[in-house]
Amino acid sequence: MANPITQVTLKNGMKIMLKEIHTAPIISSWVWYRVGSRDEPTGKTGISHWTEHMQFKGTKKFPANMLDKAISREGGRWNASTSHDSTRYYETMPADKIDLALRLEADRMTNSIFNEKEVASERTVIISEREGSENEPMFRLSEAMQNYAFRVHPYHHEIIGDMADLRTITRDDLYAHYRTYYVPNNAVLAIAGDFETKPMLKRVRELFERIPKGPIPTRLARPEPPQKGELHFSVEGPGETTFIQLAYHFPNATDPDYLPLQVLDSLLNGASGLSYKTSRLYRALVDKGHAVDASGWSEASIDPSLYRITITVHPNRQPEDAIAALDAEIKKLQDELIHIDEIKRAVKQARAVFAYGSENITHQAFWMGYTAMFSTYDWFTTYLNKLAKVTPKEVQRVAQKYLQPSNRIIGTYIPKGREG
Amino acid sequence: MAVSFAKPSLPGPKDIYQAVLSNGITVLARSNFNSPSVSMGGHLPAGAIFESDEKLGLADFVASSLMRGTQTRSFDAIYNELESVGASLGFDSGVHNASFGGRSLVEDLPLLLKLLAESLQTPSFPKDEIERLRAQLLTGLAIRAQDTADMADMAFDQMLFREHPYGRPSDGFPETIQSITRKDMKDFHRRHFGPRGMVIAIVGAIHPKKAVEAVEKFLGGWQVTAQEDAPLLPPLKPVRTTMRHHHTLTGKSQSDLIVGMTGPRRKDPEYMAASLGNSALGQFGMMGRIGDVVREKSGLAYYAYSSLHAGVGPGTWEVNAGVNPANLKKAIGLIEKELRRFVKSGVTKEELADSQANYIGRLPLSLESNSGVVSAMLNIQRYDLGMDYYHRYESLVRSVTRGDVLEAARKYIDPDRLVIATAGP
Repeated sequence: MANPITQVTLKNGMKIMLKEIHTAPIISSWVWYRVGSRDEPTGKTGISHWTEHMQFKGTKKFPANMLDKAISREGGRWNASTSHDSTRYYETMPADKIDLALRLEADRMTNSIFNEKEVASERTVIISEREGSENEPMFRLSEAMQNYAFRVHPYHHEIIGDMADLRTITRDDLYAHYRTYYVPNNAVLAIAGDFETKPMLKRVRELFERIPKGPIPTRLARPEPPQKGELHFSVEGPGETTFIQLAYHFPNATDPDYLPLQVLDSLLNGASGLSYKTSRLYRALVDKGHAVDASGWSEASIDPSLYRITITVHPNRQPEDAIAALDAEIKKLQDELIHIDEIKRAVKQARAVFAYGSENITHQAFWMGYTAMFSTYDWFTTYLNKLAKVTPKEVQRVAQKYLQPSNRIIGTYIPKGREG
Repeated sequence: MAVSFAKPSLPGPKDIYQAVLSNGITVLARSNFNSPSVSMGGHLPAGAIFESDEKLGLADFVASSLMRGTQTRSFDAIYNELESVGASLGFDSGVHNASFGGRSLVEDLPLLLKLLAESLQTPSFPKDEIERLRAQLLTGLAIRAQDTADMADMAFDQMLFREHPYGRPSDGFPETIQSITRKDMKDFHRRHFGPRGMVIAIVGAIHPKKAVEAVEKFLGGWQVTAQEDAPLLPPLKPVRTTMRHHHTLTGKSQSDLIVGMTGPRRKDPEYMAASLGNSALGQFGMMGRIGDVVREKSGLAYYAYSSLHAGVGPGTWEVNAGVNPANLKKAIGLIEKELRRFVKSGVTKEELADSQANYIGRLPLSLESNSGVVSAMLNIQRYDLGMDYYHRYESLVRSVTRGDVLEAARKYIDPDRLVIATAGP
C-alpha cells in the first residue's frame, strides 16, 4: 500500500495516526473514543449517543451556534456517530482550514459545557430520532434481534437506547459519562490528506499533548455464553410485507476465522457496496422466487458479534420456504468445497472496493481510526493479501463451524395490514 | 502548518474533453490518475414524461428491465461479468430521462461500456425476469405505502403539480404496475431509447481521448430512426390559497411533514440567489434557521431542514421535518413563521457571507471523487452552465447580493399560498 502512515503516542497516551495524501487540497481529521453503547449499564442505555449529541452543544470557547457556523463557513463537512464499540467525530476541510477542526476537537475533549437547558431540548430531539426509527419495520426487527442474541453481553441494546432511559438520564449522568471516557489516553486522532507530517505533528502536540490524561476506563465486557439451540421470535407492525432477519453468532475482527468468513460472506452476499445479483443468497432466494431481496452483513467488532441476513419475503410466498431455501444453500457450503476461482473473485471484488475507497480522503482517514479500535492499521493494509491466502478448506470449515442452526436466531416481522 | 497545498483542480474547458459522435451521443471525459478506478454516468431522454396515467411506472419498469437479459446474455450472465470484477452498473428513471451510472477498475471499462451498450440497444425483456421484477416493484410500492416521508412527498407533489407530469410518482401505483405488459415495455423501448440526446461522462485513470474512443467503439454504431421527441411540459396551475393534505398511516410513532412551493429551474438566473437564500433558511450550520427553530430551540425534531430541487422544469422549494404526531401543528406553525420572516427581510449580511463562504469552500470536497466530477460535468452539459462554470463559480457566488436573495424569496415563497403535506397517525 502506497503512502505509509506515521503513528505516534503522545505523552498523555493519546494515539496519533497521520497519512499524507496529496491528491486534492483536502484534509480529513477524525477523533475516536473507545466508548460506545456496549459500555452502558441498564438504566443508562443510549448515554454514549446522547453524549455525542451534547458534544455539538458548545464549549466556552466555541459556543453551540458558533461551532456549526465556523465549520460550515470554511466549506467543511463534519459529523459524528456512535457505534457499539466507539464514538467518532470527523471534520473534512479545505486543507488550509484544518487548524479550526483540530482546535475544536482539542477543546471539546475536556471543555464541553453540557448546559441543563441544552440537555432538555436534546432529550426530545433524541426521542424524536428514536420515534423516526420505530417507524421502520427493520429497526423493530433489528432491535429485537440484539435482545435475543445477547442476553449477557452489552451488545444487547440498540445504540440509541431504550425510551425509558432516554426519559430519565440526567445532565449529571451525561457529564459523568463524558468526563470518564473523553480522556486523551482513551482517544485516537487520525488525520489524512494534504499536509506535511512534521509540521502537522508539531501542531497536534501543541493542541493535544497538554490535555491531562485520566484513568483508563474499564470496558463492560461480559462474554456471551454459547447459544444452546435455535431461537425464534417475531415482531408485529403495520404493512403488507414480511421481513426475516436471521443472525449467526460470529467471531470478532481479529479472530483467525474472520477472513475465511469474509470470503464466505462474499460468496453468500457479494462485495460490500456493489450489486449482489450473482451471490448465492440472491440466486437461491430471489431468482427462485422466495424473496424479492436478500442480503447479509456483519461488522468488524471488538467482541464476537453477528452475521445478519435480511430477507424481504415474496408477497405470495411463506417465510418458512425462504428459510428452507437458505438452509439448502448453507448445506452446500458445508458439504462441498468451493472452487479456488471463487476466492480469486472475492479478492478481485475487494480490490475494486479498495480502489473506490481510495478516491475519498474522508474514507481513508476513517479506516485508520476504525482499525485502531479493534486492531492496528496493518489489519487494513494486509487485508487483500490475507484474503488471497484463504483456502477452500478453510471456507468449508468456518461454514461448518458457524452456520449451524443452534448458533442462530430467526426473527420475523409479521405485517398486520394497512390499518395496523 | 504546511504552506503549499495541492492545487484545487477544478474541471474546466482545458481538461474536460467533449466530443459528439456521428449518431448524436455527447461524450464528456476527464482523467484522474490518483486511483486505478473509473466512474461513468449519463442519461438519455426516455423518462416518465412519455407514459400515460394508465401505465404510470412504465419508464421506470423499462429502465429496471434493461439489465434483466439482452439478446446475447442472460440476467445472471450480465451480473456475473460485472460482479466478478467488482464493477457496478445500474439504470434509473426520472420524469425526463432514463439515467445510468457505473464504476469499475480502469482495466474493466471496456466491459462496463459493452454491457451498457447491450443493455441500451438489445434488451430482450425475458418473461420470467419481468414477472420477478414486477413482484419486486410491487413490494417496493407496499413498503412505500408505509413510509411516512414517501407518502408526504407524494401528496406534496400531487397538490403542487396538479395535472402535470411532475405530480405523478414515476414508480407508479400497484394497479398501473400490474397493467403493464411486456409489449408495452418493448414498444416504449423501441420508441424512446436511442442515441439522440444521450450524454455520457467518464472520469478516471484513462486519457480522455481513449475514453471517447471506447464509447465510439461500443455505442457509435447505434442508430434509431423512430426516436420520438418529448412532449412539452404543460403550464403549472397556480396555488391560490394554502392547500393541505394529511395521509393517515396508523401504527407509526413519527409523522413527516413538507411545507413548500415551486422553486426556480436550474437554468434560471435567480437560481444561485435562491440557493444561497435556502442555505441560510434551512441548510447552513445545523440546518439553518429552520433547524435552529424546530430542532435546536424547540427540540421538536431530529431532522428539520429546507431544500431546493431544481431541474430542467419548475423546481420545488421544500421544508421537511419528522416530528412526533402531537407536535405536527406546532412545527408547521414555527416553519410558517420562519417563511414569513424570510420573505419580509431576507437574509442578514452575515448569513449571506457565511453561505457564500460555505459554497466556495466546499467545492473541492464535492469534486473529490470520480463520481462527483461525473455529476458535475453532466450538470454543466444538462443545464448549459458553460464549460468554464467551475472556474467562474466563485465570482458567481460572490456576486449575489442580499437584494437578489430577497427578490428570489419573494418570487417563489408566499406564506399565504403554501402546500402542506403530512403523513402519519
